[in-house]
Amino acid sequence: MKVAVSSTGPDLSAGVDPRFGRSQYFIIVDPETLEFEAVQNPNIAAVGGAGIQSAQLVIDKGVSAVLTGNCGPNAFSTLQAAGVRVVTGVTGTVREAVEKHKKGELKPTPQPSTGPRFGMGRGCGRGRRGPRGF
Amino acid sequence: MIVAVASGKGGTGKTTVATSLALVLGDCQYLDCDVEEPNGYIFLKPEIKSRRSVTIPVPEVDLKKCTFCGDCASACQFNAIAVVKEKVLVFPELCHGCGACRLACPAGAVTGVLREVGVIEEGAAGRIDFVQGTLNVGEPLAVPVVREVKKAIRGDEDVLIDASPGTSCPVVEALSDSDFAILVTEPTPFGLHDLKLALKVVGRMAIPHGVVVNKTQDMDNVITVFCRERDIPVLLQIPLQREIAVAYSRGTPLVCAFPEWRKSFAEILERIRGWAR
Repeated sequence: MKVAVSSTGPDLSAGVDPRFGRSQYFIIVDPETLEFEAVQNPNIAAVGGAGIQSAQLVIDKGVSAVLTGNCGPNAFSTLQAAGVRVVTGVTGTVREAVEKHKKGELKPTPQPSTGPRFGMGRGCGRGRRGPRGF
Repeated sequence: MIVAVASGKGGTGKTTVATSLALVLGDCQYLDCDVEEPNGYIFLKPEIKSRRSVTIPVPEVDLKKCTFCGDCASACQFNAIAVVKEKVLVFPELCHGCGACRLACPAGAVTGVLREVGVIEEGAAGRIDFVQGTLNVGEPLAVPVVREVKKAIRGDEDVLIDASPGTSCPVVEALSDSDFAILVTEPTPFGLHDLKLALKVVGRMAIPHGVVVNKTQDMDNVITVFCRERDIPVLLQIPLQREIAVAYSRGTPLVCAFPEWRKSFAEILERIRGWAR
């Protein structure tokens, strides 16, 4: 079964992107053959709901698991609804992540690893300044 | 005349200016549109007479009618619906209540259920009609609450709008249909930077505007120099004074603590009445 890895680049030597919803790329890879497809993430600049859209994207690719750094609550529940296992806290290169997954060293995460809007820096439409601080 | 008091930077003195203007006007409507953290009530101490919910319709999907075509999810500009396999997930906190999903559904499976996002309170502080909106904790969508506050505008009295800081959607909503915008800032590089952002907003919205400089130490400062160059009227400068800060910290409006300031605020109103659209 294919897995999706959030990635900072378009190949197996790229690092795992710590963000899921706003990951640079998704590497859709078959762990047995290491055949892969790199998908540039169209949701990086989404105002909201990037995680949901990214989850929908990898679900449509037919993956059974997602390997990533962090996964927020909305992406998590979307992936869960589709029966996709989520592994968070993954670091290193995409290739290393896939190999660890193949050996069974990575355990699915039972719950979201961050709050919503984790991958959003300052700026994205949050033009509010003051003592309340975003 | 509808006057909005806004600012780029937060904590510059919008409420100080808006409440003082309201007290000088007397007969007026004061609308606190800073719904994320309304604080005008601390100074005006209104008696609240009514309270009502602000709701938005969020989608509810009848799974017996749903064909899982995904049209609702594609129609949603805010990614608030996901259709995965034989499940429809709704994320209410992302929903703007626009109803596009209901229109897009070919099976008539989507209906709207009302969800409370905030509260409107109305009352009076002496002769001032007081209205404030408060966004519920954890709600990201301020605009529907601001819109609801502004429905209180009757048109028979002057209106003062206390906007939220920044330049985002709730500010634009608060500013819309205003006849004049007072931009409050402070003479710091940050104050100047955010004033420039606020000026872009009022410029784009074609709202006549002027600037109030708060916490001034030198009457000639980065803001006055900038405004002179750009031909933007500086309506008032409020000095950085410990006594003013003390009155503020006790919730005493500037013109109540220091009645000599009434005249300056009355003059602002007179000046902007001539410029307002």
